[in-house]
Amino acid sequence: MGRKLLLANIDVPGIRGFDAYRAHGGYAAVEKALRGMSVSEVSAEVNRSGLRGRGGAGFPTGLKWSFLDRKSDKPRYLVCNADESEPGTFKDRYLMHHLPHLLIEGLIISSYALGVNTCYIYIRGEFKYIVGILERAIREAHQHGFLGENILGTGFSLNIYVHPGAGAYICGEETALLESLEGKRGNPRIKPPFPAFKGLYGCPTVVNNVETLATVVPIINMGGDEYARIGRGKSTGTKLISASGNINNPGVFEIEMGLPVEDFIYAPEYCGGIANEKYLKAVIPGGSSVPILPADLMLNTAKGEKRLMTYESLADGDFVSGTMLGSGGFIVYDEDQCIVRNTLNLTHFYRHESCGQCSPCREGTSWMEKVLYRLEHGEGKMSDIDLLVRVAKNIEGNTICPLGDAAAWPVASAIRHFRGEFEYHVKHPEVVKNVHHGALKIEKESLIPDSGTGVNYW
Amino acid sequence: MIKVTIDNIPVEVEDGTTILQAARQIGGKVVPPAMCYYSKLKGSGGKCRTCLVKVAQGSAKDPRPMPKLVASCSTPVQDGMVVQNLTSPEVREARKAIVEFLLLNHPLDCPVCDQAGECDLQDLSFGYGMEETTTDFERREYPVIDIGDKIKLHMNRCILCYRCVYFADQLTDKRMHGVLFRGDVSEISTFVQNAVTNEFSGNVIDVCPVGALTDKTFRFKSRVWFLKPMNAHRECSICSGKVAAWMFGNEIYRITARKDEFGEVEEFICNECRFEKKELTDWVIEGPRHIKRQSVISANHYEERKEQSIIDPIAGTMTEVE
Repeated sequence: MGRKLLLANIDVPGIRGFDAYRAHGGYAAVEKALRGMSVSEVSAEVNRSGLRGRGGAGFPTGLKWSFLDRKSDKPRYLVCNADESEPGTFKDRYLMHHLPHLLIEGLIISSYALGVNTCYIYIRGEFKYIVGILERAIREAHQHGFLGENILGTGFSLNIYVHPGAGAYICGEETALLESLEGKRGNPRIKPPFPAFKGLYGCPTVVNNVETLATVVPIINMGGDEYARIGRGKSTGTKLISASGNINNPGVFEIEMGLPVEDFIYAPEYCGGIANEKYLKAVIPGGSSVPILPADLMLNTAKGEKRLMTYESLADGDFVSGTMLGSGGFIVYDEDQCIVRNTLNLTHFYRHESCGQCSPCREGTSWMEKVLYRLEHGEGKMSDIDLLVRVAKNIEGNTICPLGDAAAWPVASAIRHFRGEFEYHVKHPEVVKNVHHGALKIEKESLIPDSGTGVNYW
Repeated sequence: MIKVTIDNIPVEVEDGTTILQAARQIGGKVVPPAMCYYSKLKGSGGKCRTCLVKVAQGSAKDPRPMPKLVASCSTPVQDGMVVQNLTSPEVREARKAIVEFLLLNHPLDCPVCDQAGECDLQDLSFGYGMEETTTDFERREYPVIDIGDKIKLHMNRCILCYRCVYFADQLTDKRMHGVLFRGDVSEISTFVQNAVTNEFSGNVIDVCPVGALTDKTFRFKSRVWFLKPMNAHRECSICSGKVAAWMFGNEIYRITARKDEFGEVEEFICNECRFEKKELTDWVIEGPRHIKRQSVISANHYEERKEQSIIDPIAGTMTEVE
């Protein structure tokens, strides 16, 4: 069992309220930072911790903070990105639901470090019940003097506002989020200028994920160097992984970075193995937008090393034989799952969530969905598979925001690793019309992906 | 002043200029096509992705290339930047892909479209597109609607460049025009029950790069290449009164604003000039207008070509590219 920094007290009764949270060491980091540390010391601790953005891109948080335009005479803003809508990712919801004060504590420290006096939590519209939880926690923090004017008598003031979105995946993209927060249509902005210079209302803004901001609390408590000792290489600390799919224990787990993927899937304290004693077929390790990997490549890299839960190890082999840690939405597929159907499902999501602003994403996602629909329903042609590869390649990198890439990667990787299954759908239209799950099993032998590692989990 | 190189042609531009504007200063073939960018509309650009270029060298200080193709209309130049437009196979490949995406749901009803002959999308697909269509799906369809009594909206033809939205937002005082829904079903629309009544609203027809917004007073009257564009002016209390009058014999078929060689309106004109004044007596005709851009109209030899600046018809330009 690894160390737990964020979810250590999750089982304490009443931890959602201020009193229980405070009794278990809550707000100690705020006192430590505001009373004993200068602004630059807090930033330095975060820098030293090697914390990387937990929202998906893995950009170093300390570096992101250093980009903030501090020379400007305009007010600065900190925006918490709680628009967690990636299929397979539900760690932020869990965190805000059970530990709202942890997020608020992280926001206070981060705002102090950034010199921010107004902070917004942009929360996904579907998380309506969490808005109430957060607002109650904010009220409690106000009552106990941790928010509002002159916090702890240090002269630092901060107000936090919760703003629910209207339920659009695209508003998780930081500039679309800012547009939406300003009350406009949630279209991503053209960069540059970056939010660090022209963000919310044209003022310098930092946008961070919920988990990133919450992680600032243990970093201040234990010190950046100590935090950096957990984990492996440039992937420091712990990470929340939301595991779902055909596993025995779906849920949110806090892992130390560097845990082998095999342990994570099969260890009883984590996923607990594949449900119903079936075999592992494939995994999407970082939320729906990262490339899917077949079982053998997921557990071992193409070089034959054990794959670990770190940013680097999961990306080993780039997109040919690797994937990404992303936001930590760990989706596990057993042998019965149909990759074509699953890819169609994901593409449908991206088609629906594309903002329609730039042409490759708007037209490309709907094109891919139509072609995949045809394949899945036994009406496809062999040329459709290459067409999908081509469309995905044409979307990738040519769009305004990363949603285009996110839509293209699952399709490209599914075909790269499971081309046999796509071809099976073309060759056996009668079978796939009637059998939606496990059509692959019928001709399992011929479809085992061969990565040359000699490991066969089928 | 900073130095930039675009397709091996050096140019000196002011700080803060975008790559596209720098390329326009050079002129000719190196100018990337732009379907959504409009220099007179603040915030426009970056959406259509046809102007993607490769930055082979970021700047003199930091010579690393940019990892992705960038939208030239919204990327500012830096000193010592090296840009590749037509010289990069990657860019040509990407542009071909973008044209394919733009045409994916476009009805290709050019034979009945009023914009044909002066359509940016036509030029673009002629210059960069593929010869065959690769999709066999049904195209998206929308009903044709009226925006006010003078403007027709064919949403089928729209490529969602947002130019008309920016126009309505910035140059008319009351915003009643925007985009509904999202993704591939998003559509341009006006506020329910409210037509665009502003006296400058007619300019959305001119800023539209395709035939999505058309002039109802000119619909199906004539193909544009049969008409002679003439510079004309009149005393107007609302706008400058400087227009292009499109004539057939002594009859004025339509009035548009004067457009420059990049297809951008020089001065926006009012609805009164555009829609109401169709008599020869309303106007002082100055003389024939040079169409300096690549189009069917300029290929139509109704006018003696004297100026060097007239660009050869696109066909000549593009044979070199391929």
